[in-house]
Amino acid sequence: MEEIAHQLAPILEQITGYIYPNEIELHWRILIVVYPYITGLVAGAFILASLVKVFNVREVQPTYRLSLLTALAFLIVAPLPLLAHIGHPEKSLEIFLTPNFSSAMAMFGFIYAWYLMAVLLLEIWFDYRRDLIIWAKNEKGLMKWIHRIFTLFSTDTSERAVRFDKRSIKAITIVGIPSAFLLHGYVGFIFGSVKANPWWSSVLMPIVFLFSAIVSGIALVLLIYMVVTLVRGKEINMACLDKLAGYLFYTMIIDFSLEALDFIHRLYESEESIEILSQLISGRLFVSLIVIQLLLGMILPLAGLSSVKLFRVPAELRRHIYFVSALLVQVGIFTTRWNVVIGGQLFSKSFRGLTAYKMSLGGVEGLLVSLGFLILPFIVLYILVKIFPPWQEAKQP
Amino acid sequence: MKEANIERRDFLKRLIVSVLSFSSPGLLKAQEKSKESTSLYEKGYDPEEHLWGMGIRINRCIGCGRCADACKRENDVPRLPFFFRTWVERYIILEGDEVVVDSPTGGVDGFKTHVQEKKLVRSFFVPKLCNQCDKPPCVQVCPVGATYKTEDGVTLVDSEYCIGCRYCIQACPYGARFIHPRTHTAEKCTFCYHRIVKGLIPACVKVCPTQARVFGDTKGRASPLVRFMRMNKIRVLKPYLNTEPKVFYAGLDMEVK
Amino acid sequence: MKDISFLAKWAKKFWKKVPDQVVRLSIPILILIIGFIVMRNLLVPSDFGKYGHFRAAAIDELVSQEIQYSEHEMCFECHDDVVKAKNMSYHRGVECEVCHGPAAAHIEDPEGNQLPAPRERGYCPLCHEYLPSRPTGFPQIVSESHNPFRACVSCHDAHDPKPPTVPKECEACHAEIARTKALSHHVYISCIRCHKTPKEHNIRPRAHRPEKPSTREFCGECHDEKAPSAKGVPRVNMETHGERYVCWQCHYPHLPEAH
Repeated sequence: MEEIAHQLAPILEQITGYIYPNEIELHWRILIVVYPYITGLVAGAFILASLVKVFNVREVQPTYRLSLLTALAFLIVAPLPLLAHIGHPEKSLEIFLTPNFSSAMAMFGFIYAWYLMAVLLLEIWFDYRRDLIIWAKNEKGLMKWIHRIFTLFSTDTSERAVRFDKRSIKAITIVGIPSAFLLHGYVGFIFGSVKANPWWSSVLMPIVFLFSAIVSGIALVLLIYMVVTLVRGKEINMACLDKLAGYLFYTMIIDFSLEALDFIHRLYESEESIEILSQLISGRLFVSLIVIQLLLGMILPLAGLSSVKLFRVPAELRRHIYFVSALLVQVGIFTTRWNVVIGGQLFSKSFRGLTAYKMSLGGVEGLLVSLGFLILPFIVLYILVKIFPPWQEAKQP
Repeated sequence: MKEANIERRDFLKRLIVSVLSFSSPGLLKAQEKSKESTSLYEKGYDPEEHLWGMGIRINRCIGCGRCADACKRENDVPRLPFFFRTWVERYIILEGDEVVVDSPTGGVDGFKTHVQEKKLVRSFFVPKLCNQCDKPPCVQVCPVGATYKTEDGVTLVDSEYCIGCRYCIQACPYGARFIHPRTHTAEKCTFCYHRIVKGLIPACVKVCPTQARVFGDTKGRASPLVRFMRMNKIRVLKPYLNTEPKVFYAGLDMEVK
Repeated sequence: MKDISFLAKWAKKFWKKVPDQVVRLSIPILILIIGFIVMRNLLVPSDFGKYGHFRAAAIDELVSQEIQYSEHEMCFECHDDVVKAKNMSYHRGVECEVCHGPAAAHIEDPEGNQLPAPRERGYCPLCHEYLPSRPTGFPQIVSESHNPFRACVSCHDAHDPKPPTVPKECEACHAEIARTKALSHHVYISCIRCHKTPKEHNIRPRAHRPEKPSTREFCGECHDEKAPSAKGVPRVNMETHGERYVCWQCHYPHLPEAH
């Protein structure tokens, strides 16, 4: 009790105008910013992987398995920030046991489980099955057993079985794309369906979330691909990289247009909340929204990527532009999540005042824990890559 | 040994019932009904006979804040200025369309004179609390069924079941919910449910020295609230959100949000 | 018998056609589904869903909450004299527990749980300090100038609150109007010049209300062109000025120069 009084008292001084007394405590903090960011990366990475199978984009083949593993690594971590955030993680199973079907959040458990089990794990299993069997044959010790267990002890590498694998992958991918849309679209819906909050309440919210997810996923795979190839001392496949950057460019344009549409629509309709929202944008969100999200995270990388399209740029410079752009996009998308989640709570639902959010360094809801949750997927990915090498060379002919 | 056996048998029975219930959910319900219970609803209080509501007469409220104080005492609400089941707002409308709103410690310690240079146009107090919506957005979004609307129209929270995800707080347009710092679960005004089912009125209504708050049944029978609703032109807060509140205001000003 | 063996054969044939992968995957999937059903039945409270999508016992848990503010009638049982007096006074609508706090514990054990009675000067102004936000007509004072440093109870009985002496000046109750009028051109006009006030109004103000002027002609007694009033008084032609409106629809008599 003392502790919370200590925490909240300084915020009283930062309030401008009037906010409802219960609004002084800001409820969804940094962990809830991390959560949609991570699920966005999952959805984006998976949609990228699906391009290979559904639309037969040959160029991005080298990143197919890497994207799948990236999606899996981030998906495994995705629920952890939620779990850390809720007041009673020990009761979290209730969301599976007695889901309230009118709650967007209750559907989380099912969409997550569906996506993890019915889509990602299955696709990875079918894709790796034959390779796992062959690897297991030539291995000894622990690795042999790990690989055998992951094949579920199957040994069938006949042509008929492999054909079935391929057909299954195609089917799963076709189911998987709408599922990935669902996974992240629904995260947008969690916010977009809150009619009490004009900053969130928008039909465009799920779509904006989705496209920003695809943008961040592609950028992430591009980054991982570049770093990993560099670390492994291999040659970067420029055709693949160009294609990835191309996709990144186009999805960014869609994302940008959607966000601009949302902005213009709000401004033009100019509803009751417009005054407090413009105060918010020009004040407390100016740096994170205008400077970081818009200028650094969108305009700058768009300029970089379009310059590659417009001018003949040597491969070496291209690589640098791609790398920096993808990095900026990550920063941009993270602040997008920040601006939605935190921004939506900085103004009072009385539309008469603004409050403040001060992130702590330590504690469960602190910066360090959040950084941990952002680093953890890479550790998981490292382990996954060790067990399921996604490289072309590892693939058995 | 014997007990363990019975437990196991019970478990097996439930297991079978549950597997069957996948095809016919009626079975599960039947199993539940057979369980005896001595709950309030079976001891004479029939929730279907009531539909509770509250009326607030703005032009009677003197801003003494006794309601907010009594609520904290009755319901063990933390005595900190960040957590309120009910609070009082003061609106000061000045010349030039300037509106000053405040609610120092929710009104628990009363109000001090507000010093302003501009000329006063009008000023008044507005008591606020959970609006006990007929279409509560908080119940809609609760992922686990920890917040619910009873048959007699009161939205309550099951603190044993609440996981503390705070979605209900985000969904509430009126800022009526908070997280209790001790239990880490959501909390809000219950219309003093523990009092009203025993024939008492909510604590805030009871201590209001000017009878600015009126409590009663909106269903059929004569009650102070029915009379209030007949005698006044009433309005609710944020009607455009279609939450259908059951806290009705008489003499509500356009500046109140 | 024959039919069954045929069926079994057919099933065997079908089983062989099912790809190996599907068979292997179905095992963990089955385990998951069964695990889910078992968990659901072990962990979901049995009374969940009885009255709706919630735990039925939650209502009883909530209702078992202790009552702090008790019934008003209970005070009468012991303090009948005080309650009786209060019920005749201006404070008849103010329940005992407003000032004395929740009494449930006191009723259980009157000696052990004595209730406080606020006697300090800061308490009564919670309601009676002058605030422009308070409804007009509600009795208010400005505590800075209202007998500073003296406890309210030294002059007023909280159970029968009335001014210690019957107020002679209107200002005692109508401070806001008096202050406004003091700044206006009507400053020297006494209240009773316009409001005929019965004597009883000073004792029972609600039961015996003062009168208010009701006609244009009343203002015309001073402000008509032909009125026999002092020279500086502003005058209008009552025939043409303001048409059918009564004066106070445009002019506030307590501050006539305001617009």
